[in-house]
Amino acid sequence: MRKILGLATLVVASACGGANAQQVTVKVGVLSDMSSLYSDIGGAGSVAAAKLAIADFTKANPNVKVELISGDHQNKPDIGLQLANQWYDVEKVDLIIDTPNSGVALAVSQTSNAKNKVFVVSGAAASDLTGPKCNANTVHWTYDTWMLANGTGKALVKTGGDTWFFLTSDYAFGHALERDTMAAVEKNGGKVLGKVRHPLNTNDFSSFLLQAQASKAKIIGLANAGGDTINAIKAGAEFGIVKGGQKFAGLLVFASDVNALGLQTAQGLTLTETWYWDMNDANRAWTKRWQAERGAPGKFPTMVQAGVYSGLTHYLKSVVALKSATDGKAVVAQMKKTPTDDALFGKGSIRVDGRKLHPAYLLEVKAPSESKYPGDFYKLRATIPADEAFRPLKDGNCPMATG
Amino acid sequence: MEQRLSDPAADPHALQRSTLRGNAESIGFAIMVAALVVTPFFTYPLFLMQAMCFALFACAFNLLIGYVGLLSFGHALYFGWASYLSAYAAKAWGFTPELAILTGTATAALCGLVAGLLAIRRQGIYFAMITLALAQMMYFFALQAKFTGGEDGIQAVPRGHLFGVIDLRNEAAMYVVVLVIFLAGFLFIHRVVNSPFGEVLKAIRENETRAISLGYRTDRYKLIAFVLSATLAGVAGATKAIVLQLASLTDVNWPMSGEVVLMTLVGGLGTIFGPVVGSFVILVMQFKLAAMGEWVLVIQGVIFVACVLLFRRGVIGEIANWLRIRL
Repeated sequence: MRKILGLATLVVASACGGANAQQVTVKVGVLSDMSSLYSDIGGAGSVAAAKLAIADFTKANPNVKVELISGDHQNKPDIGLQLANQWYDVEKVDLIIDTPNSGVALAVSQTSNAKNKVFVVSGAAASDLTGPKCNANTVHWTYDTWMLANGTGKALVKTGGDTWFFLTSDYAFGHALERDTMAAVEKNGGKVLGKVRHPLNTNDFSSFLLQAQASKAKIIGLANAGGDTINAIKAGAEFGIVKGGQKFAGLLVFASDVNALGLQTAQGLTLTETWYWDMNDANRAWTKRWQAERGAPGKFPTMVQAGVYSGLTHYLKSVVALKSATDGKAVVAQMKKTPTDDALFGKGSIRVDGRKLHPAYLLEVKAPSESKYPGDFYKLRATIPADEAFRPLKDGNCPMATG
Repeated sequence: MEQRLSDPAADPHALQRSTLRGNAESIGFAIMVAALVVTPFFTYPLFLMQAMCFALFACAFNLLIGYVGLLSFGHALYFGWASYLSAYAAKAWGFTPELAILTGTATAALCGLVAGLLAIRRQGIYFAMITLALAQMMYFFALQAKFTGGEDGIQAVPRGHLFGVIDLRNEAAMYVVVLVIFLAGFLFIHRVVNSPFGEVLKAIRENETRAISLGYRTDRYKLIAFVLSATLAGVAGATKAIVLQLASLTDVNWPMSGEVVLMTLVGGLGTIFGPVVGSFVILVMQFKLAAMGEWVLVIQGVIFVACVLLFRRGVIGEIANWLRIRL
């Protein structure tokens, strides 16, 4: 029996191409915010997701050896850039993944291009990554600002929220989200009454909220994320903004933020995500494993963390197909050539500009009375199909797409 | 400055010691140069280049606190703004790296002149607070101004060609340039400190009233020292922008002003080599501990406390005291 099995393995192995048996070593770096306002969105949860992806992949492909390191960019482009350089030059990392904070991501994207490595963005949002600043070494996986604007912004204007005031995080991500949402609002017949920019990681939102209140806009668009969104919404509750008839639009709200805010404060928020843990059985099963790996039973994975799993899986597949991770551009070309398929995001594809395409979901946060169990956050309001969810290729001004 | 050397006239070993002192400084300098020439073959050159920029920054800061006794808590202003202007000049105006660095340096000198004119009128904590306030004003200006790029900073700064000829994208060439800039800055500070002008500065540090009574217009001396310090901090910042190809808010924010104080203290206040050693110690620590996230700051705090409680003279200060030489 054993002999036959061994023979069978040999035949299968040779059928898959003899060279497959040779050992492929890949080194992956999770560059994330480990200690500050985005650490719940990516951070240790992204490392856990990467570990799961590696465990699943190496189980199916024992000839692949994957090493994993992680680092904290502290939301500072200079530290992120320094770490990325050091990882590529000294640690011989082949792939950097995650990287919330668009300012850092844009810097790392350029370095990855210059050093011909691969950068899979899951945490950062700026649509510029596949727009004017796209390059042949970067894949933008989970979501982007255009998608958020097109999902949440459009939905809110259609349901009567036609005057807007923006609270914008003052860096690449906030600017991109504000720009894309303003375009979506105006295109659908809404009006933008004003905007104010706040520094990243702000604790005191009072002066900004007073300006928003004075604008009398129906919707206060929060073009920020993570800790900033949480602080703004909490402060807004203290200022009686919602009681005064104005409404917050969290343009980027993650499951971890809803968890932190509590349903009492967050109920009724409309938001757009590309992945929700309670959407299907595969997601729920993965969430259990993630919670065990993360050692945090009360936490729920965000779409960013799921994107790390999905993106890393697809990357590893492409490396195995090429049998080498050394040429970053070749690996990314291979990633674009093969359709994506994994347990969490299902079937999808990567466009020539590096944009990963999959459906997006317009969700609404449940009231505490509707929520039946921990983590039961959302009602699904609409599904936006993959070909409508993201910015059309021609509008992106990516030099690779226009040729 | 309790470790002040005793009066040479009353000390029979004074002559011997002063030659020893000259020798010790030359030997120290030779060791430093040798280390900086050899280490890039073993460690990561980019890290060393960055460390040299910080070392020059700390030396410039030490010129002010170590030799004039003025604690500036706003040196990030000169470092950061020089790096912004240098990055902007190289990127938007297409300046060659040497011109970009000069632009950044000139900016820092100008800022130093204005801030110095206001700040030197006060002493001690008031001086520190005025420098901090001015630095924070300029920080918020950097945060809001369009050209600085907010939280993103100025990214993808081209390294360009030095004098239009030498391609600085080559790490080795870049390293040599940074090394030359650092050593030039270091020797310049050494020259200033050991000149008659430097003696007056030290006199002001020890007893300003007495220096005034001797006929020195101390405000002028302090202002010149302040501008020199700001300018050299500017050289460091401008060079760093070219090396890392990035100018960001980190360099202009107040923790940077605190970090340079820490580097100088750990290395040894008022010693010529102290800031260099201190900045390397702090940077190596940040580099090695990067994986520990926010704990880096906690550990830095502990080191700061330990330094103040246990070895106040700093690493170099303690060694110098132990060997009874001056470094």
